[in-house]
Amino acid sequence: MEHASFGDQRNATFALAEEDHTLANALRFTLNQDPRVIFCGYSIPHPSEARVNVRVQTTGDPAREVLKDTCQDLMLTCQHIRGTFDNAVKDFRMKNPPDDLTSQDMDSD
Amino acid sequence: MSDFDSEAMADAGVENPKLPPHLELRRTRVLCKADAPTSTDTVQYSGAYASLGVDNSLRFDDFRNNFRVQVNRISHEDMEFDMVGVDPSIANALRRILLAELPTMAIEKVLIANNTSVVQDEVLAHRLGLIPIKVDPRLFDYLSENDTSNEKNTIVFKLHVRCAERGQRLTATSNELTWLPKGSELLKTSESLTSTSKPETYTSFTCSQDSMPEFAGNPISVYPDIIIAKLGFGQEIELEAHAVKGVGKTHAKWSPVATCWYRMLPEVVLTEEIEGKKAELLKQKCPANVFEIEDLADGRKRATVARPRACTLCRECIRDGDDWEKRVSLRRVKDHFIFTIESTGALPPEVLFTEAVKILEDKCERVISDLS
Repeated sequence: MEHASFGDQRNATFALAEEDHTLANALRFTLNQDPRVIFCGYSIPHPSEARVNVRVQTTGDPAREVLKDTCQDLMLTCQHIRGTFDNAVKDFRMKNPPDDLTSQDMDSD
Repeated sequence: MSDFDSEAMADAGVENPKLPPHLELRRTRVLCKADAPTSTDTVQYSGAYASLGVDNSLRFDDFRNNFRVQVNRISHEDMEFDMVGVDPSIANALRRILLAELPTMAIEKVLIANNTSVVQDEVLAHRLGLIPIKVDPRLFDYLSENDTSNEKNTIVFKLHVRCAERGQRLTATSNELTWLPKGSELLKTSESLTSTSKPETYTSFTCSQDSMPEFAGNPISVYPDIIIAKLGFGQEIELEAHAVKGVGKTHAKWSPVATCWYRMLPEVVLTEEIEGKKAELLKQKCPANVFEIEDLADGRKRATVARPRACTLCRECIRDGDDWEKRVSLRRVKDHFIFTIESTGALPPEVLFTEAVKILEDKCERVISDLS
């Protein structure tokens, strides 16, 4: 990953290869939620080049560390979404058993 | 859906101190006016309300306490669920991954031995590519440029149809595609002429796919009853189709969903009591039948919002002048998504969603490892 910061560790641009709005916009949102971030934004320099530039400016911490923490946060968010979703599906299946199962009378009620 | 009423929503976003109500409304709702929707963006910056002493940053604990999923409908092919308490950027990332980055198997290479039908070879190949293959793509590897086709990265199908009856027409459907678990049966002609060794085919399978535990007694099939071509008397198609793993951003034939979308939860609020003739008029105006008439004890009739979810935001109810716009407030809840996934059949919809979330996790992990 390219990492352009000129002397100052607080401000940096990260170039993510093989990524697009999918990750960049989610990262931008998560970065913005971090109180250490003054500014962040992303751009896609050319539409036929699979690359995004993510700009991060912080209040004092190194931008690299903040971005790393943000990715960790986003990962935790994803894990929580996955867990909650799986439980919701399980719940739904319990309450609404599929038709082919009801005919076999597998439910105790 | 009584548990999704507006009071519960307001309680969910507990912040200390609270934003003034007019700002809270703009932060959490899209307001749909007769001319255009307003406050459509989400306020992302953590210090957006710093001058009011309100912290707009999202703590992970807050997210964990407020995030909910409720499944409304689920079948082999499609599902609908409510995802509450998440920003559009993440919901959209998941939607984009479902459409473009979840792998499936699709026919990529077609070896045509004979085609005398009116469908040209390239059109035929394209049609075959779009047929969904019912197989779990997680069991296969990607075929990279220098790889040879083997049992771990290729599925071979054969199609041989011929219309033999005079005056008849034959419809070739996807049911006629037969799986060849042992790989290609077509011989490479140049090879077989020059060398005396065993003739080579277009794939090099080391074992038969139906001997693998995943496919034993569970043959690979394609989506049935899709018309491939119609043949007249004497016309014939003989070909072999090689399916490989790919993702939707390369070509839509690899997209695991027929479509996948979300909409924000509609919220319809009557800002004043609407009674009598006006109530009747309001009920009549709405083509989605959102409103209902309630009989009050003293014989009066009052309009109520019975089915806000049915609201399509056609704005028919607020079209006739300003006074209607004052009475009826149409909104959308910004962090409540009604998510629908229609699978093409490779994987059930709930598995698709879980896999999509995993892909987003992998992306984050990749960035972390690149940074360390």
